[in-house]
Amino acid sequence: MISEPYLSIINAVIYLLIAPVVGGLIAGIDRKVTARMQGRIGPPILQPFYDVGKLFEKENVVVTTTQNFYVLSYFVFMAVAGALFFSGGDMLLVIFAFTLSHIFLVLGAYASFSPYSHIGAERELIQIIAYEPMIIFTAVGMYMVTHSFYVSAIVTSGIPIIIYLPGIFLGYLMVLTIKLRKSPFDLSTSHHAHQEIVKGVTTDFSGPNLAKIEVAHWYEYVFLLGVVYLFFGFNPLAAVAAIIVSYFLEVLIDNTFSRVKWQLTLKSAWLVAGTFGLVNLGVLYYLRAVVMP
Amino acid sequence: MTYLKKSPWVLHYDASSCNGCDIEVLAALTPVYDLERFGIINTGNPKHADVFLVTGSVNEQNRAVLKNTYDLIPEPKVVVAIGICATSGGVFRECYNVSGGIDKVIPVDVYVPGCAARPESIIDGVVIALGILEKKRLAMLAKPSVHPEKAGDVV
Repeated sequence: MISEPYLSIINAVIYLLIAPVVGGLIAGIDRKVTARMQGRIGPPILQPFYDVGKLFEKENVVVTTTQNFYVLSYFVFMAVAGALFFSGGDMLLVIFAFTLSHIFLVLGAYASFSPYSHIGAERELIQIIAYEPMIIFTAVGMYMVTHSFYVSAIVTSGIPIIIYLPGIFLGYLMVLTIKLRKSPFDLSTSHHAHQEIVKGVTTDFSGPNLAKIEVAHWYEYVFLLGVVYLFFGFNPLAAVAAIIVSYFLEVLIDNTFSRVKWQLTLKSAWLVAGTFGLVNLGVLYYLRAVVMP
Repeated sequence: MTYLKKSPWVLHYDASSCNGCDIEVLAALTPVYDLERFGIINTGNPKHADVFLVTGSVNEQNRAVLKNTYDLIPEPKVVVAIGICATSGGVFRECYNVSGGIDKVIPVDVYVPGCAARPESIIDGVVIALGILEKKRLAMLAKPSVHPEKAGDVV
């Protein structure tokens, strides 16, 4: 039997090694499903790996050298956030590292001189502001149900969290749409070919730097879907099914909605967080404090 | 490993085309041909591009724009001149404001003539360009210290 601290370290290492592979495959399946929804054949499943391989073969054009540092920090903190999560660490610390990594991406985009890059950075900030409350509510909700912020305690609690937190889960799906850069909320940059502000937050990154952003995004995929798992932690099969269904839903939404303005993104994200999230927490508090003290 | 050929991202620039060739380029990128099957993505950002598709002859107004866009594309890169105007200036070559084909401003790797160039010949041209792209990558690997663009400057 492996003791607890070693097990968490092994989990973190497995995540660091496997997550880019899984994330890349998810991205490939995403592109394939998207193509099929649009009546196309679509690229091979391994296309995201070819893209990243290609980007590493390209020249690294850097506008200001600080960009390299910011991109590396984005990559490292994204990996750290996921590793903390999968090693069963503190949810609040995970969220802190997760947000910090995105701040580094914004700083990287601001470090260049391109106005397109700056617009992308601003929009990325707006997206962070839009989804952040809901992410915090998710952690708080899980604490209220399981009395722990630790992922290891949450996942082994055996409590069907989804039954206690349906509102929080709906709100989290909204966050997922923003975080996976899906329409209607792909303001700062999108996976689709052409868009209005050149390439938003990634405009001034090229070659290996862009590849790092892409791989960090794969880490992010796995981490975000890992949070979906927590809601259904009592039954691994149901959890995997929930992950597949929610991801398919995201792709469907991506292909059926057009991009909205940033005002609507911010308003709707906060509205959903404010209603579904807060009401869910309020009801939970009421039940705990008044009905079943 | 060679990933370049599996994931060429194209950038399309209209130097001063009549839009005939532009429409043919976009036709080649529509879901009918579905070039994403081959990993081809139409990007709007020169810094993400590998293949530079240029339509129309270059004029005195946009020489600098064309040169600048070309310079922004990271190495290795290839340029495909699409249509007879981009190739040689076509019927406009005598005009007072036209400089001629785009090879007057930037180095061209593949010429795809036609008025307008057919989508099939454009795709054919891009496929040839991918071969050249691979050769350029190998040249870059052989001489990593020398920037391919400046390789000619070293005497």
